[in-house]
Amino acid sequence: MFAAENGLKGDPRLQAISNAIRVVPHFPKQGIMFQDITTLLLDHKAFKHTVDIFVERYKDMDISVVAGVEARGFMFGPSIALAIGAKFVPLRKPKKLPGEVIAEAYELEYGRDCLEMHVGAVEAGERAIVIDDLVATGGTLSAAIRLLERVGAQVVECGCVIGLREVKGQLRLNGKPLYILVEPREIDGC
Amino acid sequence: MSAYRDKDPLIHGIQSKIRVVPNFPKPGIMFQDITTLLLDPKAFKDTVDLFVERYKGKNISVVAGIEARGFIFGPPIALEIGAKFVPLRKPKKLPGKVISEEYVLEYGKDCLEMHVGAVEPGERALVVDDLIATGGTLCAAMQLLERVGAEVVECACVIELPDLKGRERLNGKPLYVLVESR
Repeated sequence: MFAAENGLKGDPRLQAISNAIRVVPHFPKQGIMFQDITTLLLDHKAFKHTVDIFVERYKDMDISVVAGVEARGFMFGPSIALAIGAKFVPLRKPKKLPGEVIAEAYELEYGRDCLEMHVGAVEAGERAIVIDDLVATGGTLSAAIRLLERVGAQVVECGCVIGLREVKGQLRLNGKPLYILVEPREIDGC
Repeated sequence: MSAYRDKDPLIHGIQSKIRVVPNFPKPGIMFQDITTLLLDPKAFKDTVDLFVERYKGKNISVVAGIEARGFIFGPPIALEIGAKFVPLRKPKKLPGKVISEEYVLEYGKDCLEMHVGAVEPGERALVVDDLIATGGTLCAAMQLLERVGAEVVECACVIELPDLKGRERLNGKPLYVLVESR
């Protein structure tokens, strides 16, 4: 669900966030209009709005785990975790986490990839959210959800700054609610 | 300079949450794992607060964080002190036009990149990472910032491995750490 349709209609913060995102055409390959959030991170007010909106939403939901997907999920997740008093759990590409891990494979457009989480980071029964900068097909987020569920956590919601058109019709991912702040920007002048 | 003082309970609390994983990524290395620190909301908050206390009100407009663990500590600090956050990344991850700085690894080389235009000349910057070992990566990070005319005020890390003498590779730039691990 989009924030604007869910209580934040007309909230000027959403426009500021959207305006701060840069579109880079043909990255990483031809035809892809890459949604670059690094320009959002350069705009302190807009970056703060982004975190604040997620914090407002999650602070009274008894969330004890914020899981962030490497690497751009690391830029948003920890600030949210700190503000709501939850632990931050990094979900990483293979071989980065030093301790014992559990792994979940997922499909890419061509081939497969894998997401890992430390054993013992999350306990059964904990209420968790997953944070990433953007959801496209939902493959990575689905893998993240499966990791958390495998250790008995309850995934309350997935929160993303940007949601691509493929997910617009989907309110849920793996049966879990999806909360998105903004739609992708179009390239200016096109 | 280090915040480490035997009797400081905050520092002790932070240090006690860091897990040492032997022989990772290879035999002989005692890896300092900060993920266990992130699992303790109070200790994680204390970590960020110590940096914020030091840098708030010092006119710092840029916090640059080194991929990927610098992305965990840098943004909360940037948000609290009113600075922008600039990710310094491995090659080919940043989508826009970049400048690159190569640095030497134990075996071979690596490269750090920063977006052109992210930082302007005259800006006062911090470089943040979870740990300083030999100082090679931090050095490359400082080079990137200085090449675009920024002033690196200090490098800030949670952990220092003083035996690797990384402090000496920082071209005289100050280094602030919370915890030393020998």
